[in-house]
Amino acid sequence: MNDMRIVERDVDITENKITARGVQVYYGTNHALKDVDVDILDKTVTAFIGPSGCGKSTFLRCLNRMNDTVASARVEGKILLEGEDIYDPKVDPVQLRAKVGMVFQKPNPFPKSIYDNVAYGPKIHGLTRNKAELDEIVEKSLRRAAIWNEVKDRLDASGTGLSGGQQQRLCIARAVATNPEVLLMDEPCSALDPIATAQVEELIDELRAEYSVVIVTHSMQQAARVSQKTAFFHLGHLVEYGETGQIFTNPQDPRTESYITGRIG
Amino acid sequence: MTDISPTSADAPKPKAHGSLLEATPLMKRRNAAEKRFHAYGIAAIVVALLTLTVMLFTIIRDGHSAFYQATMTFPVTIDAAVVDKTGSGDVAEMSKVTTIGYARILGESLVKYLADEGLVVEGMTDKEITDMISKDAPARLRDRVLADPSLVGQTVTVDAFTGGRVDGYFKGRVTREIAERDSNVTVTQLDMADLMEEAGVLRSKFNWSFITAPDASDLRPEAAGLGVALLGTLYMMLLTFIFTLPIGVAASIYLEEFAPKNRLTDLIEVNISNLAAVPSIVYGILGLAIFINFAGLPSSAPLVGALVLTLMTLPTIIIATRAAIRAVPPSIRDAALGVGASKMQTVVHHVLPLAAPGILTGTILGLASAAGETGPLLLIGMVAFVTNYPASPLDGGFLDPASALPVQVYSWASRSDPAFIERSSGAIIVLLIFLFFMNALAIVLRRRFERRW
Repeated sequence: MNDMRIVERDVDITENKITARGVQVYYGTNHALKDVDVDILDKTVTAFIGPSGCGKSTFLRCLNRMNDTVASARVEGKILLEGEDIYDPKVDPVQLRAKVGMVFQKPNPFPKSIYDNVAYGPKIHGLTRNKAELDEIVEKSLRRAAIWNEVKDRLDASGTGLSGGQQQRLCIARAVATNPEVLLMDEPCSALDPIATAQVEELIDELRAEYSVVIVTHSMQQAARVSQKTAFFHLGHLVEYGETGQIFTNPQDPRTESYITGRIG
Repeated sequence: MTDISPTSADAPKPKAHGSLLEATPLMKRRNAAEKRFHAYGIAAIVVALLTLTVMLFTIIRDGHSAFYQATMTFPVTIDAAVVDKTGSGDVAEMSKVTTIGYARILGESLVKYLADEGLVVEGMTDKEITDMISKDAPARLRDRVLADPSLVGQTVTVDAFTGGRVDGYFKGRVTREIAERDSNVTVTQLDMADLMEEAGVLRSKFNWSFITAPDASDLRPEAAGLGVALLGTLYMMLLTFIFTLPIGVAASIYLEEFAPKNRLTDLIEVNISNLAAVPSIVYGILGLAIFINFAGLPSSAPLVGALVLTLMTLPTIIIATRAAIRAVPPSIRDAALGVGASKMQTVVHHVLPLAAPGILTGTILGLASAAGETGPLLLIGMVAFVTNYPASPLDGGFLDPASALPVQVYSWASRSDPAFIERSSGAIIVLLIFLFFMNALAIVLRRRFERRW
């Protein structure tokens, strides 16, 4: 673990973006997530780590109600986005997902042009009134995802024709195009090579300036590199949650220590 | 490995698994089994190809002659005294003259022409000469004159089919021995036919009317064509496509994307698969009972045929469409939902375009199998003898009596006159070409819409 360099950045924002209290998730009879309490801060990168099947992705997908698409999933407890319960019956998950964007494990651009990939979100949410505004949003999003220079001359080319790392950055551009407040990333680098991973990690750090970023990762080095707060999940429990530096250097729970030193997982 | 006692360095190591250079008995057996498996596959394909070749060969051998017809070309003077008794040139008045009058004109003109050309067979009566002309020719001449009354009194060149027996003589179906015993043709007529062919009066010509003309009775097989059946099949396919595509796509999308997984949807799914296996004749009975007896739609109508074929093909199309929808990777749905698309937007903007090639291919292949369906159509009266073309769709043509290609094959195959044998096979060729084009369309559409993801 010597190669791990801990990001020495203080968390300067203390404003809660997302507050989760007593979240339980069941898949049929399987109790997948048990009593999770967590406060996710604004303009901060929060990493979820833990062994496979520990519930970190499940929890992430609760935050924008993607679990609604799983017929057998049932969510209990409260998740507040800026004080509003996102599981309130009055909340339309479609509206929620415009505010809470998501980037998936495998790059999944639409089989359409690069431009259409990014423009799709703003279009369906009616964020623009004319083509010029849309062009502007597309350029801004692609710039924010640090891919503008690579694709500006071929916006009409298919999004699926890009390399893996470019595709993932395109997906990030697509996610930020709807101007979300929170960006969820489910193992965004697991299908990428180290160079692309470095680019995406750098990008995540830049995105922190404007969004609250939540990232699920299998790589503890990655968690240490990009996040300010880290949550460790194990067997459906949120075992420990705190400053990334403290989790990796001075874990309070023996299970966290075992995991980061490689004894469980 | 350290606890194994080391063998002395110079002793050759015993090989635990034998030499790699010779196959073990087990390996030999496995290789033999693999070779046998290979051979079975090749044998199966050879059998399939052979069957196909034999089938195509026999159909083309029996059917190609239906596309050619012995045709006499001779000048005909359209006698105004016969076709336009009042001399008014009025079509309504002229149409009172039946084909009998035209038959006389044709007969007289042919007799005169043959005599002028010096084509004479000893002892041949004028009636024998006249009888060589197809019974259908006067009707065609009448149509031609009524369409253009200025022809009256003029001499025009007429292409007239010979009777079915004379045509059969050139196709090898009728021989002189048969002609001696056949009351429909005389040996003298065959002699005359030979003479006419030498003189170039009688030639085998491509028979467009086989494709365009309506069916004809047993008395004039040479005139029978597929026009009504082709139109009927075309109308039915059009309607079936219009009925099946929206219903099939809507049902598939609902079942795949929206339906909750419970007992009821399971039951529906099982029953869709069951319906796909229901014999088609059952749908015919159902159509007869519901659409004709209960709803009172006319029998033999393409609309009823299309409704029955829709019932029959829907399960197949739903199964194909669901497979196509399921083949769209879930990551695309996640991506769309993730940027905040609603369920319907996800389906319409992303899932359907990606599933379109599969849906269209499945639908067209389902339609192709429906186009070849005979059983249910027999029950709803499409086997009727129809000599009038159905009207255009805008004039209620979907309710006019029509036939269908496979039904026409069936009805010709059961006719008594041997001339219908070739027509039956010829109709099969046309049906196969029709299906070939439908399948080609399916492939083209698939290529067109296919995208990688």
